[in-house]
Amino acid sequence: MASEQIRYLAPPTVEVTKKKYCRFKKTGIKYIDYKDEKFLLKFVNEQGKLLPRRLTGTSLKYQRKVGEAVKRARHIALMPFVADMMK
Amino acid sequence: MQVSNLLVSFASLLKITTMENHKQYETVFIMNPVLSDEQVKECAQKFVAMIKDQGAKIVFENNWGMRKLAYPIQKKTNGFYYLVEFTAPGDLIARLEVEYRRDERIMRFLTIALDKHAIAYNEKKRKNATEKKADTVA
Repeated sequence: MASEQIRYLAPPTVEVTKKKYCRFKKTGIKYIDYKDEKFLLKFVNEQGKLLPRRLTGTSLKYQRKVGEAVKRARHIALMPFVADMMK
Repeated sequence: MQVSNLLVSFASLLKITTMENHKQYETVFIMNPVLSDEQVKECAQKFVAMIKDQGAKIVFENNWGMRKLAYPIQKKTNGFYYLVEFTAPGDLIARLEVEYRRDERIMRFLTIALDKHAIAYNEKKRKNATEKKADTVA
């Protein structure tokens, strides 16, 4: 019948994407410490490269600070410049 | 009377500007791991004394001790870390860094100016550390 509803063979997968947010804005962190390398580990991939904002959700203002902190940590040998399997 | 008032206001202005010249800084340096404990102490003391001599005020000092480096520096995999936080006139930094470069015992150094958020963060961190210490003792 024409009035019959559409039937799916497999149940349609509805993607529930969680909205990303800037953790610094949300928790009110104003300063990112370069000496805290365990915290900075959240913002780099296994190779030690900085993750883009589109993955971490960090706002531009704090992404710049994250970058600065990671670079300082690298200079003072708390974090590697290049690595394999950091995590 | 007016002249004296003017003088007072001028003096206060001068005071403010000289105070503003004293920024708060934080410096970390890595010393060569082949040094003995005494040599490390002496080396760290030399830089602390130098900072003090040049009209700076030490806010905080912390010896991190021997640490593993994330990558080798001068073919060494370990190093002695030392951190000093101080307020100083800006021209001290250049002289301090020259001294770092001249000293063979220093493998790496980093000096940064702290903004107000950084100062607040460091103070909070220190306070937490002392409280924790007090807890463990008690």
